[in-house]
Amino acid sequence: MSTLDSKIPEGQLSEKWTRYKSSQKLVNPANKRKLDIIVVGTGLAGSSAAASLGALGFNVKIFCISDSPRRAHSIAAQGGINAAKNYQNDGDSIERLFNDTIKGGDYRAREANVYRLAEVANSIIDQGVAQGIPFARDYAGLLDNRSFGGSQVSRTFYAKGQTGQQLLLGAYSALSKEIKAGTVKMYERREMMDLVVIDGQARGIITRNLQTGELERWSSHAVVMATGGYGNVYFLSTNAMECNGSAAVQCYHKGAMFANPCFVQIHPTCIPVKGDYQSKLTLMSESLRNDGRIWVPKNIEDAKAIREGKLNPTDLKEEDRDYYLERRYPAFGNLVPRDIASRAAKERCDAGYGVGAGFAVYLDFKTAIERLGRDKIQERYGNLFQMYEKIVDVDPYENPMMIYPAVHYTMGGLWVDYELQTTIPGLFATGEANFSDHGANRLGASALMQGLADGYFILPYTMQNFLADKIHQPRVSIETKEFDEAEKSVRAKLESIMAIKGEKTVDTLQRELGHIMWEYVGMGRNAEKLTKAIPMLADLRKEFWSNVRVTGDMNSMNPELAKALRLADHIELAEIMAKDALQREESCGGHYREEYVTDEGEARRDDKNFMFVGVWEYKGEEQEPIMHKEELNYEFINVQQRNYK
Amino acid sequence: MDFTLKIWRQENQKAKGRFETYKIKDISPDCSFLEMLDILNESLVNKLSHPVCFDNDCREGICGMCGLYINGRPHGPDDAVTTCQLHMRKFTDGETITIEPWRAKPFPVIRDLVVDRTALDKMIQEGGYISVTSGGVPDGNAIPIPKHKADQAMDSASCIGCGACIAACKNASAMLFVGAKVTQLALLPQGKPEAAIRVQKMVAKMDELGFGNCTNTYACEAECPKEIKRSNISRMNLEFILAKIVSEETI
Ligand SMILES: Cc1cc2nc3c(=O)[nH]c(=O)nc-3n(C[C@H](O)[C@H](O)[C@H](O)COP(=O)(O)OP(=O)(O)OC[C@H]3O[C@@H](n4cnc5c(N)ncnc54)[C@H](O)[C@@H]3O)c2cc1C
Ligand code: FES
Repeated sequence: MSTLDSKIPEGQLSEKWTRYKSSQKLVNPANKRKLDIIVVGTGLAGSSAAASLGALGFNVKIFCISDSPRRAHSIAAQGGINAAKNYQNDGDSIERLFNDTIKGGDYRAREANVYRLAEVANSIIDQGVAQGIPFARDYAGLLDNRSFGGSQVSRTFYAKGQTGQQLLLGAYSALSKEIKAGTVKMYERREMMDLVVIDGQARGIITRNLQTGELERWSSHAVVMATGGYGNVYFLSTNAMECNGSAAVQCYHKGAMFANPCFVQIHPTCIPVKGDYQSKLTLMSESLRNDGRIWVPKNIEDAKAIREGKLNPTDLKEEDRDYYLERRYPAFGNLVPRDIASRAAKERCDAGYGVGAGFAVYLDFKTAIERLGRDKIQERYGNLFQMYEKIVDVDPYENPMMIYPAVHYTMGGLWVDYELQTTIPGLFATGEANFSDHGANRLGASALMQGLADGYFILPYTMQNFLADKIHQPRVSIETKEFDEAEKSVRAKLESIMAIKGEKTVDTLQRELGHIMWEYVGMGRNAEKLTKAIPMLADLRKEFWSNVRVTGDMNSMNPELAKALRLADHIELAEIMAKDALQREESCGGHYREEYVTDEGEARRDDKNFMFVGVWEYKGEEQEPIMHKEELNYEFINVQQRNYK
Repeated sequence: MDFTLKIWRQENQKAKGRFETYKIKDISPDCSFLEMLDILNESLVNKLSHPVCFDNDCREGICGMCGLYINGRPHGPDDAVTTCQLHMRKFTDGETITIEPWRAKPFPVIRDLVVDRTALDKMIQEGGYISVTSGGVPDGNAIPIPKHKADQAMDSASCIGCGACIAACKNASAMLFVGAKVTQLALLPQGKPEAAIRVQKMVAKMDELGFGNCTNTYACEAECPKEIKRSNISRMNLEFILAKIVSEETI
């Protein structure tokens, strides 16, 4: 299984998707009813896919980790969603969105996939409007836009600071309609525990009913992984508590390869850490950088005085402030891509200019409030300002916000080809769970775009192409030996965790994992740190399997047990993240190797040796995984050094 | 800060529940309410007992998953926040805090503080949507929508489906929840074609699932973490009457 065929259609970039659609295989309505699809995860990617596939007439089952699809992590997305509508007449186009996304990803994404994403993005906005999503509008009643990092046009559509909520509720409403129609069946409070592969094809899953602890078997003709990202490997991140990479690891164990695990996005504007009790970090949307200006004191003594509480930031004169992004990157200013803004914040704080407890910079709205008035700012960002005030207990209208980078998004994920199919036939991956479109760094407002593009407009075509060959394949029984074995191994795993009865709680071990990852596989990586991290992670894995303490029992609701299972997989994922980071001897996007920088301190890519996707194959317990390469050939784009100056 | 916690414990839906008392010490005022419960749970695990089950996910006030009845108020003593956004600085040192699950007949307890809120989804499934399928829709700018209407629709659409309105209501009425969805879609031109059927079906489902009637005390509005207005209920009533009287479509 070592050749990676990305199945990119022939032809000009702009013709590939049209060509694919016109030649793909179709399934007639009567046959669709005989074909079963399992979708795991109810975020934007999963809900939109299930709704669209159900509406086409397939038999869909969707599994939701919480009590309702509306809870999924996507609900928390704040700032907006991109599309190349060019409603602003500011020079936007599909080509430009494509170019920005490839460049933003530091030339580590696949051209054909990204072009298709840019191509279908406009339809998502139309779809959302038709669903009744109350996107922001201008006084003429037309759709409004804002700007996001990494682009010089205004192409981001939004619904206050709650864009993810509105888009997810749109997908949820489409899903609810199908549930009512009976084409989709929803199973709530279920967590996928394993993938069942029969004769080399994904044919079902094992779930655990989180309410009763029961293990259940489900069979199908194809399985869609829409289980989101793995940012919670770092323990503290902006991800929701239930986000986890466990399902992806299960697929990896069953033969799905894992691409670019080390590509993690650290978001520059999050509320800084307060104490050890902290359970997660809260994002302050990138959209704030439209109007907020980022700075630290120009003089190190002022920074010190502020940290000691002797000086108030509002008293600091303009000329004593260092708007370091505007200074370093005059062309993009505060709207440089996330990886660059994060590193710049870290650089200032490491140099002693940080405020708060030393690990924070200011995001200041003073100029914007003076220019636009408080009401306008409230209209644009009211809910974010409220959120900030509730957490920090400081009024951001009167004082600058304090922010610091935090783990936010994972560009890596299950490897998929152009059809979004993994290396296991019949297993598809969508949304943040796959690796496909964002290269080494994702631009703001393009995760929502990708999840929905995949679900509404891509999987309904590509899965049909796959399923057309399966119309004679009978439904498989859940009593086969493959299901027996999968359930048995899940049960054994649960039993062994319960039996350890060790000394350390899951949270304690999770914090230790987070600490190793943030310190050694975090924002600034180097060979020395990474070589240290790998044995530390192996030790942590041993410690988990000998010393974790989970109380309660297996046969009832037990969140500690659920967390422990995810942690076990996260430790394993952490190990391939570190290995992948070590092999990638270059800096690109969110992957910053301190040894590979330009004279000006910017990331230095090595296109000659590293213009590939690192694709990891599992080889068994205690075996070293193998890395394969998918070479990236840029046929249409002119590869450049990223420059935002 | 130190607290005494009186927490509802119940093994499962059929079991009889009871309050258990726990002491908790040295909590930072900047700690969130759920982080305080995390600390309690960690100490329970250390003492080999079963931690307190409570629902949560986003921990930033948007998913609607958390929801605790704290000192007799849904989401506790602060205004316009969810339980996960509540911070311990809103309590006084030494205080006794009573924590219960949502209490409403249509929300049976699953375990401890976790309740079953699938009834909310069932009401949406009755018609809380516009029946479009993927593709084949007009351009986003084809239908201009006056800004104030879009903004109003957005206010109604801000509902997070936490169920606080229902837990707060002595009749366990779901009128604010249903009203918000009916209003959002009735305000928009896209939602008009199905407006009459939608409101009738959703109201019928609400009754069928055992949610009570509105007797105009508006505890729902007072406790809504997203400040959804009671006018959504009036709008729903209006839509309902229009549907019954004017519309030819009845269910
Ligand atoms: C605070 C925040 C703000 C953001 N803002 C923006 C923005 O403005 N614009 C933008 O484009 N992007 C934004 N993003 C990123 C974007 O929200 C996510 O990348 C995107 O929503 C992911 O969608 P998804 O459907 O792939 O995954 P998710 O929404 O994460 O859904 C996956 C679901 O699967 C569940 N799951 C996991 N494992 C299992 C299992 N084993 N069994 C069952 N279920 C499982 C998860 O709990 C989750 O509910 C933001 C992210 C955050 C954290
Ligand atoms: S946990 Fe999401 S609203 Fe509280």
